[in-house]
Amino acid sequence: MKYLDEYRDPDLARRLSDEIHRITTRHHCIMEVCGGQTHAIVKFGIDEFLPDKVELVHGPGCPVCVTPLELIDQAIAIASRPEVIFTSFGDMLRVPGSHLDLFAVKANGGDVRIIYSPLDALKIARENPDKEVVFFAVGFETTAPANAMAVYQAHAQRIANFSILVSHVLVPPAIEAILSSTNNRVQGFLAAGHVCAVMGYHEYDPLAAKYQVPIVVTGFEPLDILQGVLMCVKQLEEGRHDVENQYVRSVIKQGNQPAQQMLTRVFEIGTRKWRGIGQIPHSGFQLRDEYRMYDAETKFNVRGIQAEESADCISGLVLQGHKKPFDCPAFGTTCTPEHPLGATMVSSEGACAAYYRYRGQSLTT
Amino acid sequence: MTTEFNPTCPLPITQHTQVQLAHGSGGKLMHQLIDQIFAHLYEDTRHAPGHDSAVLNVSSDNLAYTTDSYVVNPLIFPGGDIGQLAVNGTVNDLAMAGARAHSLSLGLILEEGLDMPTLWTVCESIRRSADAARIQIVTGDTKVVDRGKGDGIFINTSGIGTIDHPLTIAPSSVRAGDAIIVNGDLARHGMAVMAMREGLEFESAITSDTCPLGDVVMELIDADIEVHCLRDLTRGGLSSALNEIASSTRLSMEIDEARIPVREDVASACELLGLDPLYVANEGRFVAFVPGDQAERALAIMQDHPGFGSANFIGRVTEQHPSLVILKSRIGANRILDLLAGDQLPRIC
Repeated sequence: MKYLDEYRDPDLARRLSDEIHRITTRHHCIMEVCGGQTHAIVKFGIDEFLPDKVELVHGPGCPVCVTPLELIDQAIAIASRPEVIFTSFGDMLRVPGSHLDLFAVKANGGDVRIIYSPLDALKIARENPDKEVVFFAVGFETTAPANAMAVYQAHAQRIANFSILVSHVLVPPAIEAILSSTNNRVQGFLAAGHVCAVMGYHEYDPLAAKYQVPIVVTGFEPLDILQGVLMCVKQLEEGRHDVENQYVRSVIKQGNQPAQQMLTRVFEIGTRKWRGIGQIPHSGFQLRDEYRMYDAETKFNVRGIQAEESADCISGLVLQGHKKPFDCPAFGTTCTPEHPLGATMVSSEGACAAYYRYRGQSLTT
Repeated sequence: MTTEFNPTCPLPITQHTQVQLAHGSGGKLMHQLIDQIFAHLYEDTRHAPGHDSAVLNVSSDNLAYTTDSYVVNPLIFPGGDIGQLAVNGTVNDLAMAGARAHSLSLGLILEEGLDMPTLWTVCESIRRSADAARIQIVTGDTKVVDRGKGDGIFINTSGIGTIDHPLTIAPSSVRAGDAIIVNGDLARHGMAVMAMREGLEFESAITSDTCPLGDVVMELIDADIEVHCLRDLTRGGLSSALNEIASSTRLSMEIDEARIPVREDVASACELLGLDPLYVANEGRFVAFVPGDQAERALAIMQDHPGFGSANFIGRVTEQHPSLVILKSRIGANRILDLLAGDQLPRIC
């Protein structure tokens, strides 16, 4: 397939792999930040192409994983109301809250709909003036501009029966939280290409300088990831810590400025809780005061809903690269994709779910 | 054998543009519906509605018998409709046992308010599909449920087929060394229905792959291919079918992603939505397990069959990783191809 097969070429993959093997002289621990990259790594078996000395750890870049449990409970509370049409991207519906998931709300008679764009939710609101239409605005800097646009348009078109339940998180503060932790092992990062397509990558320069880590903006296809790893390993071997861009076909340093302007217009930066990690200051978006009427958390008064995570789950350690899924005693036993205990098992992009699905058993027998 | 069909609905639509509860009540309206729409489905007057049972004349020691229910939204989608699915699905289940389709029952549950022209279109499609698959509809039933208690039309079909060869076509016959062949490109049905249901527009129209599989199976058997097992790739797609067989045989299915045919537009649509074509439903696709030394001949027969030109040899059965499906990814690494936990859902990003 054009624009995809070129980046899945086995011979080129082998050549990149050979080069990584050739230049690696010591152990390096590299984190791919984004869940989409984790997914590609396990789906294509990319880590089989890396030397043992290059260890990939899977970062917190899966929006489904890091959305806190109480937000899911809030979504469920809102979706259960008879006057509400609750809209969401598909993979949030399966994420278990404390007691239910959104599929169960739907089975109980709630109007829960999978949509592909927040603008579709706005359209539903326009067509159903007697209903309250809520969109579950989850994700990183990638999904935020479209959500900002939906709120902006709702405001411009005076659509009052539309609101969003915001759970937007930001990548650079998460990287900083990982780097500043006392037991950090991560020596280099593959930054998420699509996040940088929106935001650019100037935000990473101070991080690379302060913590002396190389950061390589990387795409999602097998060759992208192998090339990103090669660039990162090269820097580590040479003792450099620059911000480099592997994903040049999509990312420019200043990013997508109209998208950034829309973000700034509608959202402001605030503290967010990350599932498995906890509160990170300045790590998420919230609606600005002038758009607060579109905030579902306020509109439906669900802020008081709190939830506790399972004590058996080590997903926070997995998200920060301290542990691998196999290190968890609950992995594959009490915690499975059908009955996830925590963040990293709930989404197909979560590290535990990806390991469960693709590495349920070792192939090296 | 095929009767000429009037392409327009024969009911006086000024009176009944929609199905009413009375159409299922046993009174005049029901008889009108039977006479004007359903009677056309029964080619042999011995089987025409009005009798409580069909009386069959089947001369075979071994019969295959299967049943399936069909619910799909939308009822009519690019490349097919629920009527076609309901015939082909059951005919194909018979074919997967190596049976020649003989007769079919047809149960319809209609929702009050269903447009009469839609019912007509679906019934016409049932008739055409039955003709194409050379199966007779011999008995049937219709009920009407209150508006809001159905999804337009639900269909149940059961089928009987005859087995006139000595092969045991079943997972228990699969052996290490067998070749795994798929009869064409994957994931078209699931993506066609999804695109229609969700209002997604792609550059090219993706149409369902629904079709009857009985003929190509009989061609394999008639050519003395020692068919070990056949499995259609409906819900859960190729991945589920191979996992079921791997787990029941305790053998391993080793397949090569680069050899699995997926049309470019379908692959693009899947990529866009974060879906894996290996898990997407098909309605006219199956895998055949045949002895390794007969693989080329079997593949040639399939590729010669109209519509199956993209059939391909996708892998082999081994003993190396019992009960697992191993996929060699496009870049050459191996991974386990597992069953999905639930439905495949479009990913956030």
